[in-house]
Amino acid sequence: MNLDELYQSIILDHYREKHHSGLREPFDVEVHHVNPSCGDELTLRVQLDGETIADVSYEGEGCSISQASTSVLGDLIIGKDIEAFGTLYTDFLEMMQSKGAITPDEDRFEDAIAFAGVSKFPARVKCALLAWSALRDAVSQATDKEN
Amino acid sequence: MSLDVQRIREEFPVLHRTVGEYPLIYLDSANTSQKPRAVVEALAAHYLERNANVARAMHVLGAEATEAYEGARARIARFIGAEAPEEVVFTKNASEALNLAANTLGARLRPGDEVLISVMEHHSNIVPWQFACERAGATLRWFDVTDDGRLDLENIDDLINERTRVVSLTHVSNVVGTRNPITAIAEKAHTVGAVMVVDASQSAPHERLDVTTLGGDLLTFTGHKMCGPTGIGVLWGRGDLLESLPPFLGGGEMIEVVTMERSTFAAPPYRFEAGTPPIAQAVGLGAAIDWLDSVGMEAIAAHEVDITQYMLAKLTSIDGLTMLGPTEAVDRGSACSFNLDGIHPHDVMQVLDSRGIAIRGGHHCARPLHKRLGHQSSTRASAYLYTTHEEIDVLADALVFARNYFGAR
Repeated sequence: MNLDELYQSIILDHYREKHHSGLREPFDVEVHHVNPSCGDELTLRVQLDGETIADVSYEGEGCSISQASTSVLGDLIIGKDIEAFGTLYTDFLEMMQSKGAITPDEDRFEDAIAFAGVSKFPARVKCALLAWSALRDAVSQATDKEN
Repeated sequence: MSLDVQRIREEFPVLHRTVGEYPLIYLDSANTSQKPRAVVEALAAHYLERNANVARAMHVLGAEATEAYEGARARIARFIGAEAPEEVVFTKNASEALNLAANTLGARLRPGDEVLISVMEHHSNIVPWQFACERAGATLRWFDVTDDGRLDLENIDDLINERTRVVSLTHVSNVVGTRNPITAIAEKAHTVGAVMVVDASQSAPHERLDVTTLGGDLLTFTGHKMCGPTGIGVLWGRGDLLESLPPFLGGGEMIEVVTMERSTFAAPPYRFEAGTPPIAQAVGLGAAIDWLDSVGMEAIAAHEVDITQYMLAKLTSIDGLTMLGPTEAVDRGSACSFNLDGIHPHDVMQVLDSRGIAIRGGHHCARPLHKRLGHQSSTRASAYLYTTHEEIDVLADALVFARNYFGAR
């Protein structure tokens, strides 16, 4: 097993210096997601502006993969519209379940391409997905609220 | 008396495999132990030579299977010093045994009654009591722990009072290793008429238990942590107490007479064993106990103290490593939980795994204890009779490597 394949420098950089960290106002919805098998916990807030995801803020405790994934997701999604997030979510999930078979498009995924390596470590896939699932839940609740 | 660890290791083929280019170093025995050849062979022989259902099959095979199953019950009773085989109830694991205890004792609880546990319990000795208390309108209370992970007995006179009906504690902590003073606490529980339940999952593998002197009225453990198969647990209960408890699960073989309106129930232990039991697994656990006894429980216990001392000395000498729980091998089992500053246990585990070392990272089914000790989760190394000093050396080197890997680059 090649550790450096899992812990690519993009991931370790985000882990050491998390972007968008800390819970911010204003927000439409706050969700709390956990990974019961390992104890990772994430509180995540989302603020919508019409169809746009205006802000994502969070406070989490967890491994480098889950923390870096949350940081990367913030970079990638803040300012995008809900539909674009939906498409990226589907494609990210597919990549994470591909066991390394799918090479992501860097233009679309930016730093999230680093998680292609994580997909070869089945036990860690759920770490990478924690933030994505939390955000999907939060966006869906926020949309329901607006309607 | 000391163990010939190298000879013992010969009985565990899995300990000779590699993980990638590294030899496997298995330090997750508090999670589940590895199995010696004798146990796997006993399981295979049972299935290949005398497989049948027990009690209800009247043919020769059925009689042989029943004899093997009941023989295992008697063997386990002898191992723990029980007065009769009927005091041994088979379950599928310790969790089910604790649920059995909580359900049947729970049926007696009334509003205002109290059940006393501790903050160091495994979730399986917390959640069933939450259920039982909720159903009865009873109150769940708990011992705190001290900052170094010992049971905090300061307010024991308040906690054990005339309202206390059940005290349920772990014998040895699965996270911090602490050994609890069960006998003294049981004595106090008995003065107020409370039933003492002991979770011996972490002690039964390492030492000879004597249920007649330990102080518990009910005691649970699981087979797979003591060289036995998965799918088999034990609830031991004092004969007169078991006799007084209502059934747990309903079904075949736990009954006496069934009519469409109501049923009467079998005597213990069968009252608590609805349906086809884990027959081969019970036989396998009997074989595990035969094998452990052939090694010698006193030697196994001495090895645990020795390896725990060695592991604690190695771990506490690593810069940036914080131990959870007692740092001296006094009144403690071999589970050693710790954290490396700033590195999540999952990442520690992953680095160790890449070097063939199997340990556990997470909250080890004891979230309240981690919260109390101020850790979100931890990394746990746990040893057994096949663990060597050399393996602990490799663990310590790998932890230093992990610390440096995630350190500033």
